[in-house]
Amino acid sequence: MSTETLEHVAAEQKAASQGTLKMSARDINVFYGQKQAINKVSIDVTQENVTAFIGPSGCGKSTFLRTLNRMNDTVAGARVEGSITLDGEDIYASSMDVVQLRARVGMVFQKPNPFPKSIYENVAYGPRIHGLASSRVEMDQIVEKSLKRAGLWDEVKDRLSDSGTALSGGQQQRLCIARAIAVDPEVILMDEPCSALDPIATAKIEELIHELRGRFAIVIVTHNMQQAARVSQRTAFFHLGNLVEYGDTSEIFTNPREVRTKDYITGRYG
Amino acid sequence: MTMPGGLAASDIAPRATDWSGQAMQRRIRKRYASERRFRLMGLSAILLSAGFLAFLLVTMLGNGLRGFSQTEIQLPINFASSSLMLDPVALKGPGADAALAGADIEGATAAAADAAFGEGGARLLSDGAWLKVQDAIRSNPYILKGRGEVWVPASVELDLAAKGNGSPDAERALARLKAKTAVRTGFNSHFLTGSDATDPTIVGIWGALKGSLLTMGVTLLLAFPVGVLAALYLEEYAPRNRWTDLIEVSINNLAAVPSIIFGLLGLAVFLNFMHLPRSAPIVGGLTLALMTMPVIVIAGRNAIKSVPPSIRDAALGIGASRVQVVFHHVLPLALPGILTGTIIGMARALGETAPLLMIGMRAFISAAPSGFTAPATVLPVQVFLWSDEVSKGFVEKTSAAIIVLLVFLLAMNGLAIYLRNKFEIRW
Repeated sequence: MSTETLEHVAAEQKAASQGTLKMSARDINVFYGQKQAINKVSIDVTQENVTAFIGPSGCGKSTFLRTLNRMNDTVAGARVEGSITLDGEDIYASSMDVVQLRARVGMVFQKPNPFPKSIYENVAYGPRIHGLASSRVEMDQIVEKSLKRAGLWDEVKDRLSDSGTALSGGQQQRLCIARAIAVDPEVILMDEPCSALDPIATAKIEELIHELRGRFAIVIVTHNMQQAARVSQRTAFFHLGNLVEYGDTSEIFTNPREVRTKDYITGRYG
Repeated sequence: MTMPGGLAASDIAPRATDWSGQAMQRRIRKRYASERRFRLMGLSAILLSAGFLAFLLVTMLGNGLRGFSQTEIQLPINFASSSLMLDPVALKGPGADAALAGADIEGATAAAADAAFGEGGARLLSDGAWLKVQDAIRSNPYILKGRGEVWVPASVELDLAAKGNGSPDAERALARLKAKTAVRTGFNSHFLTGSDATDPTIVGIWGALKGSLLTMGVTLLLAFPVGVLAALYLEEYAPRNRWTDLIEVSINNLAAVPSIIFGLLGLAVFLNFMHLPRSAPIVGGLTLALMTMPVIVIAGRNAIKSVPPSIRDAALGIGASRVQVVFHHVLPLALPGILTGTIIGMARALGETAPLLMIGMRAFISAAPSGFTAPATVLPVQVFLWSDEVSKGFVEKTSAAIIVLLVFLLAMNGLAIYLRNKFEIRW
């Protein structure tokens, strides 16, 4: 085992001691056909912290994120090696039901993608397919609670039957977050959730992430280093499919151990 | 002045473009001229097709609308002195049809015409005139006790003369007839309720229309679900490999196969192998379904492909299973496109004649089909059969049948467009 890996393991153990371990990835390799996109990445995600993945385009941070709820299963030719556990349970084991896994590990995408249905239906869809509400009243409560948590309730409460696609970009993204938290997941994965939004909408989403922290374990992929610094407690820096450095956000940004990390956060490349 | 890197300012400063120079002006004029030319060409293409459409509609309506009317003659009959041996009381009972069938009403009608209009009077009436007399007796048997007057269809020649399209001989005969009795030309409801006949004055389109309805019903019930399911499977489930490529190529080729070959297939499989009844809507529908299915599969796959992947991700991301993704999201979004493909396929099937000739749907059928297995014909085949007839009266009937076919087509497309707009989701 190289010294680099040893250092990583030490850092991870430190991280685990800082919060309750929620998800743990060990030695993950991801291949697209012959091409290797992720090389031996090990990361722990804790319940209390927001974990940010940063790195230049094409470094594999989104690919890695998508292994955490097995969204890569839908990509033809994608292959994942290594083990990922959710509460100690291997999510790639044959006993793991992928449909349930994706309800427990929700996802918010780069581009807001509400269904072309009403705002109400957008939020109610997940609880309905998982049978989480036994009556109309209960469903109404879930929808209201989810929209309130996503900070969208006051803006849409009078037009729940309007199409979700008629909202502004920032509202659409918050609707997508409401949709994800409506099924009461344990982890929420966010794949560059603000990259298609203006600064004001971005600020609202960041505020929302602060409020959701603690209740959900949150993993966020971002291009924007200021954003990673603002919203996360833990940061992982990816480069060319490798995990270069993983540690406390404050430490990564003020006192990085690796030269590549330092070059990236100071804007030398990326 | 020297820029960083040792470049002089003049090296990178852009050369000034002469926007008002002559060469530039000429180029701009040329660009506008080519735009005008293109617009004119487009406009003339549209005018040309509009002209063709107008020509088609005018000739079709001009000929065909006459096919919807029929000249009738008021025929006086002295039933009491006729050769009919019918008892009015018996005609009230259950044996009425047998009694009517046994009586020589045709002969009595001819005799009455000869008596009323002179020698050769029977030739002024349509061959089916006696049917009207039979109807009159059935509805009121007591007419047999004395004299009566019955409106009967005129012969083809008189009918055409009354509509201003007859021969000089027929014009004179019509004038003589008008002196003796009443003649009227009115809407021919029998054309919409009757079936094929040998005499153009008593033919009807209902038999063929019902045949088309039944055939299209079979086609839609089979081709739509099978086509949509095939498209969904190929797009959403099937792995991409050599086999699916082969299937895709085969389906694309099937859509281009000449329709008569599907007729041969239907003949070989449905009639000779499965022994389904000849000339039946079920066989016609199955054959046309084979032809329509590839069109629906291709249109369906394109529609499914155009559903944004982000919607699939969104549904998968909150834990929908693949079947739920397909039926809750992909299919509803693809439905307008699938319906468009179905309209095209069904419209082609409705106008199809060749494959149906192969499976015996060109028979002379004088009664509307009673079900999916009864002998039937369809509208385009009926048009084809009538256009082949020698009798002059069939010309306008053929045009009238074409109008009915076009109205059917428009109604079918209208319904499909209504459904498409209903399912269309605005983003």
